[in-house]
Amino acid sequence: MAERAQQIGFGTWVGVAAAVAIPGLILVTTLAIFWVAEPGSGLGSSDWAAVRFTLWQATLSAVFSVALAVPVARALARQRFPGRGILVTLLGAPFLLPVIVAVFGLLAVFGRGGFVNVGLVWMGLPEVSIYGLHGVVLAHVFFNLPLATRLILQGWQGIPAERYRLAASLGMEAAAVNRHLERPMLWQVLPGAGLVIFVLCTTSFAVALTLGGGPSATTVELAIYQALRFEFDLSRAAFLSLIQLTITVVLAMLAFRFVRHPGFDRGFDRRMVRYDGRRGVLPYQDGVLIGGVTTFLLLPILAVVFRGVPELWGLPTQVWTSALRSVLVALSSTVLVVVLALAMALTVVRLRRGTWVETAGLLTVAASPLVLGTGLFVLIHPVANPEALALPVTILVNAMATLPFALRAMVPAYRGIEADYGRLADTLSLTGWARMRLLILPRLRRPLGFSAGLAAALSMGDLGVIALFADPETATLPLQIYRLMGSYRMDDASGAAVLLLGLSFGLFWIFDRGARRADV
Amino acid sequence: MLTFKDVSYLRDGFLLRVDCTVKGPGISAVIGPSGGGKSTFLSLIAGFDLPDAGTIYWGDTDLRPLAPGDRPVAVLFQDNNLFPHLDVLTNVALGASPLARPAEDAKVRAVEALGRVGLSGFENRLPGELSGGQQSRAALARILLTDRAVVLMDEAFSALGPSLRVEMLGLVTELLADRIVLMVTHDPMDAKGVAGQTIFVDAGDVFAPVETAGLFANPHKALADYLA
Repeated sequence: MAERAQQIGFGTWVGVAAAVAIPGLILVTTLAIFWVAEPGSGLGSSDWAAVRFTLWQATLSAVFSVALAVPVARALARQRFPGRGILVTLLGAPFLLPVIVAVFGLLAVFGRGGFVNVGLVWMGLPEVSIYGLHGVVLAHVFFNLPLATRLILQGWQGIPAERYRLAASLGMEAAAVNRHLERPMLWQVLPGAGLVIFVLCTTSFAVALTLGGGPSATTVELAIYQALRFEFDLSRAAFLSLIQLTITVVLAMLAFRFVRHPGFDRGFDRRMVRYDGRRGVLPYQDGVLIGGVTTFLLLPILAVVFRGVPELWGLPTQVWTSALRSVLVALSSTVLVVVLALAMALTVVRLRRGTWVETAGLLTVAASPLVLGTGLFVLIHPVANPEALALPVTILVNAMATLPFALRAMVPAYRGIEADYGRLADTLSLTGWARMRLLILPRLRRPLGFSAGLAAALSMGDLGVIALFADPETATLPLQIYRLMGSYRMDDASGAAVLLLGLSFGLFWIFDRGARRADV
Repeated sequence: MLTFKDVSYLRDGFLLRVDCTVKGPGISAVIGPSGGGKSTFLSLIAGFDLPDAGTIYWGDTDLRPLAPGDRPVAVLFQDNNLFPHLDVLTNVALGASPLARPAEDAKVRAVEALGRVGLSGFENRLPGELSGGQQSRAALARILLTDRAVVLMDEAFSALGPSLRVEMLGLVTELLADRIVLMVTHDPMDAKGVAGQTIFVDAGDVFAPVETAGLFANPHKALADYLA
């Protein structure tokens, strides 16, 4: 079974180095945490409360997101209307939306003095509070309902159109279609979708930071942050990190078994004629559902925009400097992601047994950024002031968090290019930089641009590790907004939120569209 | 002269054996049933696959240690012969200098080669803007630029209509007269039309090249079964 050995070039070495360094970094940070964590201290009552709250809010968030997503996905699957494609695409947008912006919007709608409470008071009803369990779950549903809808819609679109045609020719009612076609599909899709959302909710630090807190609404990650920032108790932070690590690893292993699609791939909108959704009240029922969800998703964002745009001109300088800092962090992180993903994709394709390289890159999914950050804090603390390294650490951790998505987008595309043109390039002696420049880069443009856009937007909006490391002078824009909100400077915060919103989506748009434009 | 010495190649239970010599210059047709090993035979020569045992010589040179790009071999594939994102001139110039920026003299030679295949004025087009026949011509122009003595054609013109195919085969005969051309084809007419010799490949056995006219006039049993 002889096969031509591929040349091992510079890029391959970078890929191998990255594939060794990433698990290495995770291992070293974990060991550091083990080292510092006080042995035998055991779980105190507040630790148990944090674990319970983490799991409970994640359960509620997953259940509500999925339960609401089922009728919405069904409505989207069986109705055709103008703007449907755009709506489905928009359901992918919350993934890029900075958490702090969404939280600001949710506060404007559901918070004290928000539309909802004003309405409740006007009707003589008691106000609802957005802080605590309610708020955390609300924000998580806001972020994950669209994701769940997309995942379930994929399941719906996986049912062959012929089945629906058969159902229509048999004159099956919606209830019969539901029983024979849709329920079996849902049984397959729902556990995976629920699990993905559950995992995401156990590690969503920024939501807990902004809307949680107090003895009854503290997640494990929030407890880590408080131990590190307010109690300066490294060993307790490390101990909590171990707990969080256990939760994440167990869940990641479960998710790996049950979930095939990460669901973040973009646009899909296959044509499918549905006959069963045209009868009786169904079109109206579906219309109300779709309208309601769209309002729920858009209202907070619109609230941010309307409130914030007039404030833009009067924003204090510190907001602009932190915006500049954020852009630089995002761009650095993007460069890192692109270089790593490109080298690793090249290595996966070039090395005969290269799939381990991809696996190494996907490992970072299991590593919670905050735990990684705590590990780095523990490592840096004895030799340097962690605050001085806030930005490099943020760049690194953000890049690691986006790398799995970039690999998912780039590895299959890279494989396709080598399958289609690899032999031709081989016979032409097209190797090294010439192969990269003439063949790979031009044909990899779209996934490359998408990955870069993703990396930039996610890093731009990140409010995680930076909160652990930053001193008052080196805030990024999301942290700046958090601080402004904390000191009740809501006008400045709203302006800054609009700025962040624009920058995040702007950066994504520039990279993603730019790559597609260059294609034509 | 290409010499195959006790070459064998085993993959998934399929065994290919070659032990013969192909002399040049001139066109040799490679014919035989599907799955018989024609494409594998070609990829052993190109270096996409390596034999498990035996040696392939070009003259006195052992080809085994050489990467595909270092062999005296050019390939015309069935499709994807041109990079769709590069213009015709760059595609052709790659035959002379596989660098990120083609050398100036490579461009000059590419323009001249395009003239010889009748594609003058198409230098700045993208492959997608050319017809199937024109794409084949552009790929042929690139082969003219490579100084490779062996040219492999794996059903290179099978997507073209009959008259276009005859036209391309004529062009190959005219322009590649000084090279050893190995041409896989499904149509015995192609072999009879342009190939001086024919190599029959069946069930993993590569028969030594024989003079085409004689072979078809008096086919052995395996060939007769295939042609029937």
